[in-house]
Amino acid sequence: MNTRLKEKTFDVCNYILMTLIVIICMIPFVYVISLSLSSTRAVLSREVFFWPVEFDLVSYENVVSDPTIMPALWMSVKTTVLQTLIAMGLTILTAYPLSQKRLKGHRAIMMVILFTMFFSGGIIPDYLLVSSLGLTNNMWGIIIPCGINTFNVIILRTFFMNSIPAGLQEAAQIDGCNDFMILLRIVLPLSKPVLATLALFYAVARWNGFQDAKFFINKQELYTLPQKINMIINSSQLSSQTMMNNPQLAEQRTAEEGIKAASIVFTTLPIMLVYPWLQKYFVHGVMIGAIKE
Amino acid sequence: MGGRKRRIRYYIKRDWILYAMLILPLAYYLVFKYAPMYGVTVAFKDYNIFKGVMGSEWVGLKYFRSIFAMDEFYRVFRNTLMLNVLDLLFSFPAPIILAIMLSEMRGVLYKRISQTIIYLPYFISWVVIGGISLQLFAPESGLINIIIRRLGGESVPFLTEKWHWLFTYCGVGVWQSAGWNSILFIAAIAGINQELYEAATVDGAGRFQRIWHITLPGIRPTIVMMLILRMGSLVSIGFERPYVMGNTMVREFSDVISTYVYRVGLESSNFSLATAVGLFQSVIGMVLLVLTNTIANKIDGGGIF
Repeated sequence: MNTRLKEKTFDVCNYILMTLIVIICMIPFVYVISLSLSSTRAVLSREVFFWPVEFDLVSYENVVSDPTIMPALWMSVKTTVLQTLIAMGLTILTAYPLSQKRLKGHRAIMMVILFTMFFSGGIIPDYLLVSSLGLTNNMWGIIIPCGINTFNVIILRTFFMNSIPAGLQEAAQIDGCNDFMILLRIVLPLSKPVLATLALFYAVARWNGFQDAKFFINKQELYTLPQKINMIINSSQLSSQTMMNNPQLAEQRTAEEGIKAASIVFTTLPIMLVYPWLQKYFVHGVMIGAIKE
Repeated sequence: MGGRKRRIRYYIKRDWILYAMLILPLAYYLVFKYAPMYGVTVAFKDYNIFKGVMGSEWVGLKYFRSIFAMDEFYRVFRNTLMLNVLDLLFSFPAPIILAIMLSEMRGVLYKRISQTIIYLPYFISWVVIGGISLQLFAPESGLINIIIRRLGGESVPFLTEKWHWLFTYCGVGVWQSAGWNSILFIAAIAGINQELYEAATVDGAGRFQRIWHITLPGIRPTIVMMLILRMGSLVSIGFERPYVMGNTMVREFSDVISTYVYRVGLESSNFSLATAVGLFQSVIGMVLLVLTNTIANKIDGGGIF
Protein backbone atom coordinates (compact mmCIF):
# COMPACT_ATOMS: atom_id res chain seq x y z
CA MET A 1 0.00 0.00 0.00
CA ASN A 2 2.76 2.39 0.97
CA THR A 3 4.73 1.67 -2.20
CA ARG A 4 1.65 2.23 -4.35
CA LEU A 5 1.15 5.59 -2.72
CA LYS A 6 4.79 6.45 -3.42
CA GLU A 7 4.41 5.46 -7.05
CA LYS A 8 1.31 7.63 -7.35
CA THR A 9 3.08 10.63 -5.80
CA PHE A 10 5.97 10.21 -8.19
CA ASP A 11 3.65 10.10 -11.19
CA VAL A 12 1.71 13.16 -10.08
CA CYS A 13 4.91 15.18 -9.47
CA ASN A 14 6.35 14.05 -12.77
CA TYR A 15 3.25 15.14 -14.68
CA ILE A 16 3.08 18.50 -12.91
CA LEU A 17 6.76 19.19 -13.57
CA MET A 18 6.47 18.21 -17.22
CA THR A 19 3.45 20.46 -17.62
CA LEU A 20 5.46 23.34 -16.16
CA ILE A 21 8.31 22.66 -18.60
CA VAL A 22 5.90 22.58 -21.51
CA ILE A 23 4.40 25.89 -20.37
CA ILE A 24 7.86 27.47 -20.10
CA CYS A 25 8.59 26.32 -23.65
CA MET A 26 5.38 27.93 -24.89
CA ILE A 27 5.25 31.21 -22.98
CA PRO A 28 7.78 33.15 -25.08
CA PHE A 29 5.86 32.32 -28.25
CA VAL A 30 2.48 33.07 -26.72
CA TYR A 31 3.71 36.41 -25.42
CA VAL A 32 5.26 37.51 -28.71
CA ILE A 33 2.16 36.50 -30.64
CA SER A 34 -0.02 38.40 -28.16
CA LEU A 35 2.16 41.50 -28.51
CA SER A 36 1.99 41.34 -32.28
CA LEU A 37 -1.82 41.19 -32.26
CA SER A 38 -2.43 43.97 -29.72
CA SER A 39 -3.03 47.65 -30.28
CA THR A 40 -0.15 50.09 -29.98
CA ARG A 41 -1.84 51.67 -26.95
CA ALA A 42 -2.08 48.35 -25.11
CA VAL A 43 1.55 47.54 -25.83
CA LEU A 44 2.59 51.02 -24.74
CA SER A 45 0.76 50.82 -21.41
CA ARG A 46 2.17 47.32 -20.84
CA GLU A 47 -1.20 45.64 -20.57
CA VAL A 48 -0.36 42.68 -22.76
CA PHE A 49 0.43 39.38 -21.11
CA PHE A 50 -0.69 36.06 -22.50
CA TRP A 51 -3.47 37.08 -24.84
CA PRO A 52 -3.94 39.96 -27.30
CA VAL A 53 -5.39 43.15 -25.83
CA GLU A 54 -7.53 45.30 -28.15
CA PHE A 55 -7.00 42.97 -31.09
CA ASP A 56 -5.32 44.92 -33.86
CA LEU A 57 -3.42 43.92 -36.99
CA VAL A 58 -1.62 47.25 -37.25
CA SER A 59 1.78 45.71 -36.48
CA TYR A 60 1.40 43.26 -39.33
CA GLU A 61 0.25 46.04 -41.64
CA ASN A 62 3.41 47.92 -40.73
CA VAL A 63 5.59 44.89 -41.39
CA VAL A 64 4.01 44.05 -44.71
CA SER A 65 4.09 47.66 -45.88
CA ASP A 66 7.81 47.94 -45.09
CA PRO A 67 9.25 47.99 -48.63
CA THR A 68 12.34 46.03 -47.61
CA ILE A 69 10.56 43.11 -45.94
CA MET A 70 9.10 41.52 -49.05
CA PRO A 71 12.43 41.42 -50.93
CA ALA A 72 14.00 39.82 -47.84
CA LEU A 73 11.22 37.26 -47.67
CA TRP A 74 11.64 36.49 -51.36
CA MET A 75 15.41 36.17 -50.90
CA SER A 76 14.89 33.73 -48.04
CA VAL A 77 12.35 31.66 -49.98
CA LYS A 78 14.56 31.57 -53.06
CA THR A 79 17.74 30.59 -51.25
CA THR A 80 15.91 28.01 -49.14
CA VAL A 81 14.41 26.27 -52.17
CA LEU A 82 17.63 26.34 -54.20
CA GLN A 83 19.75 25.31 -51.23
CA THR A 84 17.51 22.34 -50.48
CA LEU A 85 17.50 21.11 -54.09
CA ILE A 86 21.23 21.50 -54.65
CA ALA A 87 22.25 20.11 -51.29
CA MET A 88 19.97 17.09 -51.65
CA GLY A 89 21.40 16.32 -55.10
CA LEU A 90 24.97 16.57 -53.87
CA THR A 91 24.25 14.61 -50.69
CA ILE A 92 22.70 11.74 -52.64
CA LEU A 93 25.60 11.74 -55.11
CA THR A 94 28.02 11.49 -52.18
CA ALA A 95 26.20 8.98 -50.03
CA TYR A 96 25.15 6.45 -52.65
CA PRO A 97 28.57 5.57 -54.16
CA LEU A 98 30.10 5.52 -50.68
CA SER A 99 27.46 3.08 -49.47
CA GLN A 100 28.62 0.49 -52.04
CA LYS A 101 31.23 -1.66 -50.35
CA ARG A 102 32.54 -3.00 -53.66
CA LEU A 103 33.67 0.47 -54.69
CA LYS A 104 37.48 0.55 -54.50
CA GLY A 105 38.70 3.48 -52.47
CA HIS A 106 35.41 4.17 -50.70
CA ARG A 107 37.15 4.00 -47.35
CA ALA A 108 39.79 6.56 -48.33
CA ILE A 109 37.20 8.94 -49.77
CA MET A 110 35.13 8.58 -46.61
CA MET A 111 38.17 9.58 -44.55
CA VAL A 112 38.70 12.63 -46.74
CA ILE A 113 35.10 13.64 -46.09
CA LEU A 114 35.04 12.84 -42.36
CA PHE A 115 38.23 14.78 -41.70
CA THR A 116 36.40 17.99 -42.56
CA MET A 117 34.19 17.47 -39.50
CA PHE A 118 37.17 17.73 -37.17
CA PHE A 119 39.18 20.46 -38.79
CA SER A 120 38.11 23.42 -40.87
CA GLY A 121 39.69 26.57 -42.16
CA GLY A 122 37.54 28.84 -40.02
CA ILE A 123 35.68 32.07 -40.49
CA ILE A 124 38.33 34.12 -42.29
CA PRO A 125 39.64 31.51 -44.78
CA ASP A 126 36.02 30.71 -45.65
CA TYR A 127 35.36 34.37 -46.23
CA LEU A 128 38.51 34.84 -48.32
CA LEU A 129 37.49 31.90 -50.48
CA VAL A 130 33.94 33.13 -51.04
CA SER A 131 35.17 36.63 -51.81
CA SER A 132 37.88 35.40 -54.20
CA LEU A 133 35.22 33.42 -56.06
CA GLY A 134 33.25 36.65 -56.42
CA LEU A 135 30.35 35.25 -54.40
CA THR A 136 30.02 38.01 -51.81
CA ASN A 137 26.85 40.04 -52.19
CA ASN A 138 25.49 37.23 -54.29
CA MET A 139 22.80 34.79 -53.26
CA TRP A 140 24.94 31.88 -54.48
CA GLY A 141 27.49 32.83 -51.83
CA ILE A 142 25.15 31.58 -49.12
CA ILE A 143 23.95 28.55 -51.11
CA ILE A 144 26.96 26.82 -52.61
CA PRO A 145 29.39 26.94 -49.66
CA CYS A 146 26.92 24.94 -47.55
CA GLY A 147 26.21 22.58 -50.41
CA ILE A 148 26.95 19.41 -48.47
CA ASN A 149 26.54 18.84 -44.76
CA THR A 150 28.83 15.95 -43.87
CA PHE A 151 26.61 14.87 -40.99
CA ASN A 152 23.71 14.48 -43.41
CA VAL A 153 25.91 12.42 -45.73
CA ILE A 154 26.61 10.06 -42.83
CA ILE A 155 22.89 9.75 -42.07
CA LEU A 156 22.01 8.95 -45.68
CA ARG A 157 24.91 6.56 -46.21
CA THR A 158 24.05 4.67 -43.02
CA PHE A 159 20.46 4.42 -44.20
CA PHE A 160 21.48 3.14 -47.65
CA MET A 161 23.75 0.52 -46.11
CA ASN A 162 21.44 -0.70 -43.37
CA SER A 163 17.95 -0.33 -44.71
CA ILE A 164 18.07 -1.03 -48.45
CA PRO A 165 18.29 -4.79 -49.02
CA ALA A 166 21.51 -5.54 -50.94
CA GLY A 167 19.75 -8.44 -52.67
CA LEU A 168 17.35 -6.03 -54.36
CA GLN A 169 20.22 -4.06 -55.86
CA GLU A 170 22.02 -7.22 -56.98
CA ALA A 171 18.89 -8.57 -58.64
CA ALA A 172 18.47 -5.30 -60.53
CA GLN A 173 22.08 -5.46 -61.60
CA ILE A 174 21.57 -8.97 -62.99
CA ASP A 175 18.55 -7.65 -64.88
CA GLY A 176 20.88 -5.21 -66.58
CA CYS A 177 20.28 -2.05 -64.55
CA ASN A 178 23.29 0.20 -64.17
CA ASP A 179 24.10 1.96 -60.89
CA PHE A 180 22.37 5.14 -61.91
CA MET A 181 19.14 3.34 -62.71
CA ILE A 182 19.34 1.36 -59.47
CA LEU A 183 19.73 4.58 -57.52
CA LEU A 184 16.86 6.26 -59.33
CA ARG A 185 14.39 3.40 -59.51
CA ILE A 186 15.08 1.30 -56.44
CA VAL A 187 17.15 3.07 -53.80
CA LEU A 188 15.59 6.55 -53.84
CA PRO A 189 11.95 5.42 -53.84
CA LEU A 190 12.71 3.24 -50.83
CA SER A 191 14.35 6.16 -49.01
CA LYS A 192 11.56 8.72 -49.13
CA PRO A 193 11.25 9.28 -45.34
CA VAL A 194 14.96 9.83 -44.79
CA LEU A 195 15.18 12.05 -47.87
CA ALA A 196 12.32 14.14 -46.50
CA THR A 197 14.16 14.40 -43.20
CA LEU A 198 17.37 15.61 -44.77
CA ALA A 199 15.58 18.05 -47.05
CA LEU A 200 13.95 19.52 -43.94
CA PHE A 201 17.28 19.81 -42.16
CA TYR A 202 18.73 21.71 -45.11
CA ALA A 203 15.66 23.91 -45.52
CA VAL A 204 15.47 24.85 -41.84
CA ALA A 205 19.20 25.55 -41.70
CA ARG A 206 18.97 27.93 -44.65
CA TRP A 207 15.76 29.57 -43.50
CA ASN A 208 17.22 30.27 -40.05
CA GLY A 209 20.82 30.80 -41.18
CA PHE A 210 22.21 34.17 -40.19
CA GLN A 211 25.98 33.87 -39.85
CA ASP A 212 26.97 33.36 -43.49
CA ALA A 213 24.41 35.89 -44.70
CA LYS A 214 25.82 38.42 -42.25
CA PHE A 215 29.38 37.69 -43.35
CA PHE A 216 28.89 37.51 -47.09
CA ILE A 217 26.03 39.91 -47.80
CA ASN A 218 26.11 43.57 -46.88
CA LYS A 219 23.90 45.10 -49.54
CA GLN A 220 20.52 45.77 -47.97
CA GLU A 221 18.57 44.84 -51.07
CA LEU A 222 20.06 41.33 -50.86
CA TYR A 223 19.31 40.80 -47.14
CA THR A 224 17.67 37.55 -46.08
CA LEU A 225 14.82 37.55 -43.58
CA PRO A 226 16.99 36.83 -40.50
CA GLN A 227 19.27 39.72 -41.44
CA LYS A 228 16.28 41.99 -41.85
CA ILE A 229 14.80 40.90 -38.52
CA ASN A 230 18.14 41.42 -36.84
CA MET A 231 18.21 44.93 -38.23
CA ILE A 232 14.70 45.71 -36.98
CA ILE A 233 15.54 44.37 -33.51
CA ASN A 234 18.82 46.27 -33.30
CA SER A 235 17.38 49.55 -34.48
CA SER A 236 14.77 49.56 -31.74
CA GLN A 237 17.41 48.59 -29.20
CA LEU A 238 19.43 51.61 -30.24
CA SER A 239 16.50 53.97 -29.92
CA SER A 240 15.65 52.69 -26.45
CA GLN A 241 19.08 53.72 -25.25
CA THR A 242 19.43 57.09 -26.90
CA MET A 243 15.90 58.45 -26.93
CA MET A 244 14.63 57.38 -23.56
CA ASN A 245 13.46 60.79 -22.42
CA ASN A 246 11.68 61.96 -25.50
CA PRO A 247 7.99 60.97 -25.15
CA GLN A 248 7.22 61.32 -28.82
CA LEU A 249 10.05 59.01 -29.74
CA ALA A 250 9.13 56.71 -26.88
CA GLU A 251 5.74 56.17 -28.45
CA GLN A 252 7.29 55.49 -31.80
CA ARG A 253 9.64 53.03 -30.17
CA THR A 254 6.82 51.12 -28.55
CA ALA A 255 5.11 50.96 -31.88
CA GLU A 256 8.36 49.33 -32.94
CA GLU A 257 7.90 46.83 -30.10
CA GLY A 258 4.78 45.61 -31.88
CA ILE A 259 6.51 45.62 -35.25
CA LYS A 260 9.37 43.62 -33.77
CA ALA A 261 6.94 41.07 -32.41
CA ALA A 262 5.09 40.89 -35.71
CA SER A 263 8.27 40.40 -37.72
CA ILE A 264 9.38 37.65 -35.34
CA VAL A 265 6.06 35.87 -35.81
CA PHE A 266 6.28 36.48 -39.55
CA THR A 267 9.68 34.74 -39.77
CA THR A 268 8.82 31.90 -37.43
CA LEU A 269 5.35 31.16 -38.75
CA PRO A 270 6.43 28.91 -41.67
CA ILE A 271 8.38 26.72 -39.27
CA MET A 272 5.60 26.69 -36.68
CA LEU A 273 3.13 25.62 -39.34
CA VAL A 274 5.05 22.71 -40.84
CA TYR A 275 6.90 21.61 -37.71
CA PRO A 276 4.18 19.69 -35.80
CA TRP A 277 3.46 17.49 -38.79
CA LEU A 278 7.07 16.89 -39.73
CA GLN A 279 8.49 16.51 -36.26
CA LYS A 280 8.65 12.72 -36.47
CA TYR A 281 10.85 12.96 -39.56
CA PHE A 282 13.35 15.15 -37.73
CA VAL A 283 13.50 12.69 -34.86
CA HIS A 284 13.86 9.84 -37.36
CA GLY A 285 16.95 11.53 -38.84
CA VAL A 286 18.64 11.93 -35.48
CA MET A 287 18.05 8.26 -34.70
CA ILE A 288 19.65 7.06 -37.94
CA GLY A 289 22.57 9.40 -37.40
CA ALA A 290 23.16 8.03 -33.93
CA ILE A 291 23.70 4.44 -35.04
CA LYS A 292 27.37 3.59 -34.99
CA GLU A 293 28.55 1.55 -37.93
CA MET B 1 52.99 -3.43 -61.51
CA GLY B 2 51.23 -3.94 -64.79
CA GLY B 3 48.76 -6.22 -63.07
CA ARG B 4 47.88 -3.51 -60.59
CA LYS B 5 47.30 -0.95 -63.30
CA ARG B 6 45.12 -3.41 -65.15
CA ARG B 7 43.12 -4.05 -62.00
CA ILE B 8 42.58 -0.33 -61.39
CA ARG B 9 41.46 0.07 -64.98
CA TYR B 10 39.07 -2.85 -64.46
CA TYR B 11 37.51 -1.29 -61.36
CA ILE B 12 37.13 2.08 -63.01
CA LYS B 13 35.50 0.49 -66.02
CA ARG B 14 33.18 -1.57 -63.83
CA ASP B 15 32.15 1.25 -61.45
CA TRP B 16 32.61 4.31 -63.61
CA ILE B 17 29.11 5.52 -62.90
CA LEU B 18 29.76 5.51 -59.16
CA TYR B 19 33.05 7.33 -59.63
CA ALA B 20 31.39 9.83 -61.93
CA MET B 21 28.76 10.54 -59.27
CA LEU B 22 31.53 11.40 -56.83
CA ILE B 23 33.18 14.00 -59.08
CA LEU B 24 30.95 16.92 -58.07
CA PRO B 25 30.94 16.13 -54.33
CA LEU B 26 34.72 15.70 -54.27
CA ALA B 27 35.16 18.96 -56.16
CA TYR B 28 32.91 20.56 -53.54
CA TYR B 29 34.99 19.21 -50.66
CA LEU B 30 38.21 20.23 -52.36
CA VAL B 31 37.11 23.80 -53.03
CA PHE B 32 34.94 24.59 -50.02
CA LYS B 33 36.55 22.50 -47.28
CA TYR B 34 40.16 21.82 -48.19
CA ALA B 35 41.01 25.10 -49.93
CA PRO B 36 40.09 27.06 -46.75
CA MET B 37 42.36 24.71 -44.82
CA TYR B 38 45.15 25.89 -47.07
CA GLY B 39 43.81 29.40 -46.57
CA VAL B 40 44.78 29.02 -42.92
CA THR B 41 48.33 29.84 -44.04
CA VAL B 42 47.38 33.53 -44.07
CA ALA B 43 47.89 33.33 -40.31
CA PHE B 44 51.61 33.03 -41.12
CA LYS B 45 51.55 35.66 -43.87
CA ASP B 46 51.01 39.37 -44.27
CA TYR B 47 47.74 39.08 -46.13
CA ASN B 48 47.49 41.46 -49.02
CA ILE B 49 44.18 41.65 -50.88
CA PHE B 50 45.87 42.23 -54.22
CA LYS B 51 48.37 39.41 -53.87
CA GLY B 52 45.84 36.87 -52.55
CA VAL B 53 46.46 33.94 -50.22
CA MET B 54 49.21 32.42 -52.37
CA GLY B 55 51.15 35.56 -53.20
CA SER B 56 51.24 37.24 -49.79
CA GLU B 57 54.55 37.31 -47.96
CA TRP B 58 55.44 34.82 -45.23
CA VAL B 59 56.01 36.41 -41.83
CA GLY B 60 56.34 33.34 -39.63
CA LEU B 61 54.82 33.65 -36.18
CA LYS B 62 54.48 37.43 -36.19
CA TYR B 63 50.70 37.39 -35.77
CA PHE B 64 50.77 34.72 -33.10
CA ARG B 65 53.24 36.81 -31.13
CA SER B 66 50.96 39.81 -31.43
CA ILE B 67 47.80 37.96 -30.36
CA PHE B 68 49.55 36.57 -27.29
CA ALA B 69 50.57 40.12 -26.41
CA MET B 70 46.98 41.40 -26.52
CA ASP B 71 44.78 41.59 -23.43
CA GLU B 72 41.72 41.40 -25.62
CA PHE B 73 42.73 37.97 -26.88
CA TYR B 74 42.91 36.56 -23.35
CA ARG B 75 39.57 38.13 -22.58
CA VAL B 76 37.75 36.54 -25.51
CA PHE B 77 39.48 33.23 -24.86
CA ARG B 78 38.45 33.34 -21.20
CA ASN B 79 34.88 34.28 -22.14
CA THR B 80 34.62 31.45 -24.67
CA LEU B 81 35.79 28.96 -22.08
CA MET B 82 33.60 30.44 -19.35
CA LEU B 83 30.41 30.49 -21.44
CA ASN B 84 31.04 26.93 -22.65
CA VAL B 85 31.76 25.56 -19.18
CA LEU B 86 28.65 27.23 -17.72
CA ASP B 87 26.64 26.02 -20.67
CA LEU B 88 27.93 22.49 -20.10
CA LEU B 89 26.96 22.71 -16.43
CA PHE B 90 23.38 23.75 -17.25
CA SER B 91 22.69 22.33 -20.70
CA PHE B 92 24.26 18.93 -20.27
CA PRO B 93 22.21 17.49 -17.40
CA ALA B 94 18.94 19.08 -18.56
CA PRO B 95 18.23 16.74 -21.52
CA ILE B 96 19.11 13.68 -19.44
CA ILE B 97 16.63 14.70 -16.74
CA LEU B 98 14.01 15.47 -19.40
CA ALA B 99 14.53 12.10 -21.07
CA ILE B 100 14.11 10.27 -17.75
CA MET B 101 10.97 12.26 -16.93
CA LEU B 102 9.50 11.52 -20.35
CA SER B 103 10.30 7.84 -20.19
CA GLU B 104 8.61 7.59 -16.78
CA MET B 105 5.38 8.98 -18.22
CA ARG B 106 2.76 6.38 -19.05
CA GLY B 107 0.18 8.33 -21.03
CA VAL B 108 1.29 8.04 -24.64
CA LEU B 109 -0.69 11.00 -25.96
CA TYR B 110 0.44 13.45 -23.30
CA LYS B 111 4.01 12.29 -23.78
CA ARG B 112 3.81 12.86 -27.54
CA ILE B 113 2.38 16.33 -27.15
CA SER B 114 5.02 17.27 -24.57
CA GLN B 115 7.79 16.05 -26.84
CA THR B 116 6.49 17.97 -29.84
CA ILE B 117 6.39 21.18 -27.82
CA ILE B 118 9.75 20.87 -26.09
CA TYR B 119 11.59 20.09 -29.34
CA LEU B 120 10.21 23.21 -31.02
CA PRO B 121 12.62 25.89 -29.73
CA TYR B 122 15.50 24.06 -31.43
CA PHE B 123 14.03 24.98 -34.82
CA ILE B 124 13.83 28.69 -34.14
CA SER B 125 16.52 30.94 -35.58
CA TRP B 126 18.95 32.48 -33.08
CA VAL B 127 18.09 35.89 -34.48
CA VAL B 128 14.49 35.31 -33.50
CA ILE B 129 15.46 33.91 -30.09
CA GLY B 130 17.57 37.02 -29.55
CA GLY B 131 14.55 39.18 -30.36
CA ILE B 132 12.25 37.15 -28.13
CA SER B 133 14.65 37.27 -25.21
CA LEU B 134 14.80 41.03 -25.55
CA GLN B 135 11.03 41.15 -25.25
CA LEU B 136 11.07 38.89 -22.22
CA PHE B 137 14.09 40.19 -20.33
CA ALA B 138 14.57 43.83 -21.34
CA PRO B 139 14.98 46.03 -18.24
CA GLU B 140 12.07 48.34 -18.95
CA SER B 141 9.81 46.70 -21.54
CA GLY B 142 10.52 43.02 -20.90
CA LEU B 143 7.62 40.82 -19.80
CA ILE B 144 9.36 39.43 -16.74
CA ASN B 145 10.32 42.85 -15.48
CA ILE B 146 6.82 44.15 -16.12
CA ILE B 147 5.50 41.34 -13.93
CA ILE B 148 8.14 41.93 -11.26
CA ARG B 149 7.24 45.62 -11.12
CA ARG B 150 3.53 44.86 -10.94
CA LEU B 151 4.25 42.67 -7.94
CA GLY B 152 6.07 45.57 -6.35
CA GLY B 153 9.63 44.49 -7.07
CA GLU B 154 12.43 46.24 -8.88
CA SER B 155 13.58 45.54 -12.42
CA VAL B 156 16.27 42.91 -12.76
CA PRO B 157 18.99 43.70 -15.34
CA PHE B 158 18.83 40.27 -17.02
CA LEU B 159 20.50 41.52 -20.18
CA THR B 160 22.39 44.60 -19.13
CA GLU B 161 24.45 43.51 -16.13
CA LYS B 162 27.16 41.00 -16.94
CA TRP B 163 26.62 38.50 -14.12
CA HIS B 164 22.86 38.42 -14.64
CA TRP B 165 23.51 38.14 -18.35
CA LEU B 166 25.54 34.95 -17.86
CA PHE B 167 22.52 33.24 -16.38
CA THR B 168 20.18 34.58 -19.04
CA TYR B 169 22.59 33.27 -21.68
CA CYS B 170 22.65 29.81 -20.10
CA GLY B 171 18.93 29.73 -19.39
CA VAL B 172 18.06 30.58 -22.97
CA GLY B 173 20.50 27.87 -24.09
CA VAL B 174 18.71 25.28 -21.96
CA TRP B 175 15.35 26.46 -23.27
CA GLN B 176 16.55 26.17 -26.87
CA SER B 177 18.37 22.84 -26.79
CA ALA B 178 17.31 20.67 -23.84
CA GLY B 179 14.26 19.17 -25.54
CA TRP B 180 15.94 18.33 -28.79
CA ASN B 181 19.08 16.95 -27.12
CA SER B 182 16.93 14.62 -25.04
CA ILE B 183 16.05 12.56 -28.14
CA LEU B 184 19.24 10.49 -28.04
CA PHE B 185 18.80 9.79 -24.34
CA ILE B 186 15.15 8.83 -24.84
CA ALA B 187 16.28 6.36 -27.52
CA ALA B 188 18.95 4.99 -25.22
CA ILE B 189 16.44 4.52 -22.40
CA ALA B 190 14.03 2.78 -24.77
CA GLY B 191 16.83 0.31 -25.55
CA ILE B 192 17.18 -0.83 -21.92
CA ASN B 193 15.92 -4.35 -21.25
CA GLN B 194 12.46 -4.06 -19.63
CA GLU B 195 12.98 -7.25 -17.63
CA LEU B 196 15.54 -5.41 -15.51
CA TYR B 197 12.83 -3.02 -14.34
CA GLU B 198 10.39 -5.85 -13.64
CA ALA B 199 12.98 -7.77 -11.64
CA ALA B 200 13.85 -4.64 -9.65
CA THR B 201 10.17 -3.98 -8.91
CA VAL B 202 9.76 -7.53 -7.63
CA ASP B 203 12.76 -6.93 -5.39
CA GLY B 204 10.99 -3.88 -3.97
CA ALA B 205 12.94 -1.10 -5.68
CA GLY B 206 11.15 2.24 -5.83
CA ARG B 207 11.04 4.63 -8.81
CA PHE B 208 14.11 6.60 -7.83
CA GLN B 209 16.04 3.41 -7.09
CA ARG B 210 15.13 2.00 -10.50
CA ILE B 211 16.18 5.23 -12.20
CA TRP B 212 19.44 5.32 -10.27
CA HIS B 213 20.40 1.65 -10.59
CA ILE B 214 18.97 0.73 -14.01
CA THR B 215 18.19 3.76 -16.19
CA LEU B 216 21.33 5.78 -15.49
CA PRO B 217 23.80 2.88 -15.87
CA GLY B 218 21.87 1.84 -18.99
CA ILE B 219 22.41 5.16 -20.74
CA ARG B 220 25.93 5.65 -19.44
CA PRO B 221 27.62 4.99 -22.83
CA THR B 222 25.43 7.65 -24.44
CA ILE B 223 26.21 10.10 -21.65
CA VAL B 224 29.95 9.49 -21.99
CA MET B 225 29.81 9.88 -25.77
CA MET B 226 27.91 13.17 -25.57
CA LEU B 227 30.22 14.41 -22.84
CA ILE B 228 33.29 13.74 -25.00
CA LEU B 229 31.77 15.67 -27.86
CA ARG B 230 30.99 18.58 -25.55
CA MET B 231 34.43 18.59 -23.95
CA GLY B 232 36.04 18.54 -27.37
CA SER B 233 34.23 21.73 -28.31
CA LEU B 234 34.85 23.65 -25.10
CA VAL B 235 37.01 26.21 -26.88
CA SER B 236 34.90 26.54 -29.99
CA ILE B 237 31.79 28.64 -29.95
CA GLY B 238 29.28 29.44 -32.64
CA PHE B 239 28.83 33.00 -33.83
CA GLU B 240 25.09 33.46 -33.80
CA ARG B 241 24.18 32.81 -30.18
CA PRO B 242 26.75 35.09 -28.46
CA TYR B 243 26.26 37.69 -31.19
CA VAL B 244 22.50 38.00 -30.87
CA MET B 245 22.44 37.56 -27.09
CA GLY B 246 25.26 40.00 -26.41
CA ASN B 247 25.10 43.78 -26.25
CA THR B 248 27.48 46.64 -25.56
CA MET B 249 26.73 46.68 -21.85
CA VAL B 250 27.86 43.10 -21.29
CA ARG B 251 30.66 43.11 -23.87
CA GLU B 252 33.16 42.23 -21.15
CA PHE B 253 31.57 38.77 -20.92
CA SER B 254 29.79 38.35 -24.24
CA ASP B 255 32.75 38.97 -26.52
CA VAL B 256 34.02 35.54 -27.55
CA ILE B 257 36.43 34.14 -30.12
CA SER B 258 33.94 33.98 -32.99
CA THR B 259 32.59 37.50 -32.50
CA TYR B 260 36.14 38.78 -32.04
CA VAL B 261 37.34 37.08 -35.24
CA TYR B 262 34.38 38.62 -37.03
CA ARG B 263 35.15 42.09 -35.70
CA VAL B 264 38.89 42.00 -36.26
CA GLY B 265 38.79 40.13 -39.55
CA LEU B 266 35.68 41.15 -41.42
CA GLU B 267 34.96 44.57 -39.93
CA SER B 268 38.55 45.80 -39.62
CA SER B 269 39.98 43.71 -42.49
CA ASN B 270 42.81 42.45 -40.31
CA PHE B 271 42.63 39.04 -41.96
CA SER B 272 45.95 37.55 -40.86
CA LEU B 273 45.44 38.40 -37.21
CA ALA B 274 41.89 37.04 -37.19
CA THR B 275 42.96 33.84 -38.94
CA ALA B 276 45.68 33.32 -36.35
CA VAL B 277 43.09 33.57 -33.57
CA GLY B 278 40.81 31.11 -35.38
CA LEU B 279 43.65 28.67 -36.03
CA PHE B 280 44.73 28.78 -32.39
CA GLN B 281 41.17 27.88 -31.42
CA SER B 282 40.97 24.96 -33.91
CA VAL B 283 44.25 23.47 -32.75
CA ILE B 284 43.33 23.66 -29.05
CA GLY B 285 39.95 22.16 -29.93
CA MET B 286 41.55 19.20 -31.73
CA VAL B 287 43.90 18.56 -28.82
CA LEU B 288 40.99 18.66 -26.35
CA LEU B 289 38.92 16.24 -28.42
CA VAL B 290 41.75 13.71 -28.73
CA LEU B 291 42.58 14.10 -25.04
CA THR B 292 39.05 13.55 -23.72
CA ASN B 293 38.60 10.66 -26.12
CA THR B 294 41.79 8.99 -24.90
CA ILE B 295 40.71 9.43 -21.28
CA ALA B 296 37.28 7.98 -22.04
CA ASN B 297 38.89 4.99 -23.76
CA LYS B 298 41.15 4.42 -20.72
CA ILE B 299 38.28 4.61 -18.25
CA ASP B 300 35.74 2.29 -19.83
CA GLY B 301 36.39 1.96 -23.54
CA GLY B 302 33.63 4.47 -24.25
CA GLY B 303 35.53 6.68 -26.69
CA ILE B 304 34.08 7.67 -30.00
CA PHE B 305 37.08 6.76 -32.13
